[in-house]
Amino acid sequence: MSHPAQETPEAAKARRWRNWLLAGALFAFVILVFVVTIVRLGGHVLD
Amino acid sequence: MIEPMTDAAQVPDQAHAALPARWSDYVMLLKPRVMSLVVFTALTGLVCAGKPLNPILAAVAVLSVAVGAGASGALNMWYDADIDALMRRTHARPVPSGRVQAADALAMGIVLSILSVMLMGMALNWLAAGLLAFTIGFYAVVYTMWLKRSTPLNIVIGGAAGALPPVIGWAAATGAAPLNAWLMFLIIFLWTPPHSWALALYTTSDYAKAGVPMMPVAKGPAATRLRILLYSLVLVPAALAPAFTGLGGPGYLAVAAVGGAGFLALAARLAASHAGDSLTARPAGLYDVKAQAKPARDLFAFSILYLFALFLALLAEHLLRIAPLSLLG
Repeated sequence: MSHPAQETPEAAKARRWRNWLLAGALFAFVILVFVVTIVRLGGHVLD
Repeated sequence: MIEPMTDAAQVPDQAHAALPARWSDYVMLLKPRVMSLVVFTALTGLVCAGKPLNPILAAVAVLSVAVGAGASGALNMWYDADIDALMRRTHARPVPSGRVQAADALAMGIVLSILSVMLMGMALNWLAAGLLAFTIGFYAVVYTMWLKRSTPLNIVIGGAAGALPPVIGWAAATGAAPLNAWLMFLIIFLWTPPHSWALALYTTSDYAKAGVPMMPVAKGPAATRLRILLYSLVLVPAALAPAFTGLGGPGYLAVAAVGGAGFLALAARLAASHAGDSLTARPAGLYDVKAQAKPARDLFAFSILYLFALFLALLAEHLLRIAPLSLLG
């Protein structure tokens, strides 16, 4: 693991970008699970 | 035996730890070209199953297979970083080049594996999820960690991982894996050795340098060319079989017959050639001996087209069967 104190500005930017990407991917996964749940429930969604 | 962890997690990290990764490096970790073929064959299995499926669930099934394939690729690149660094074909990959740390590739592979299997299980069914989990595990552990470095039959047995996606697609749609699904498996399983060995014939010194016992390295080019021909003689009839089991129609039969004749012709031409002979004696000339390697290159290129055409024919026939029914309501 590289130490944050020794990071170059470029590496720090890449790390921040990676963190945002991970957050986005997790959010997308949550949405996907929600959509799949609704679809699988189908017409019984309001029951 | 599964080999102990090699230098995969050490060399790239220590050598290039400060190199920042680009977004494309993470895409590369997923082996997008392999993924595209896997997705295509899985989609064909899903459509050929012939059971109407909610489009969103169908898309999620294909996405799960794609993510699972990507996870396998990331795990493969994590473990193989040490040998990838030695081969011209693979030395620029994200881990050996130091742009992505080996630990990151491992984490990405594990997380994506779990997510893809969970998603498949929740959205479709647990048979498809189980097959997907088996495929990822087989590719990452049995093929990558064990067979690849220990036997010239590595891709013969390991090819099962690449052959399973149509069965996964079929299982995702129906919750079952009948004979026709396994026929699609058989075609890819028999196709993999001649396809991979044709490539290995003109990258022999690359594999030899990395200590990977691919068939041309372990048994020599002549034995490899013969094995390619023998596998082709089994593959072509197997690829015709779907036309007689109800899986494929006349269009598929025509494609399989013409493509099979072309495959056999190229395999026979390769068997009669000296492709790979001088490459083993001249490691420095890996990609230089173009004329001599041409029969192997031609078969390798044609094999991709052949498999694509077979599955495209199946896909097209089943889509054409479904479309009129949809129009009739």
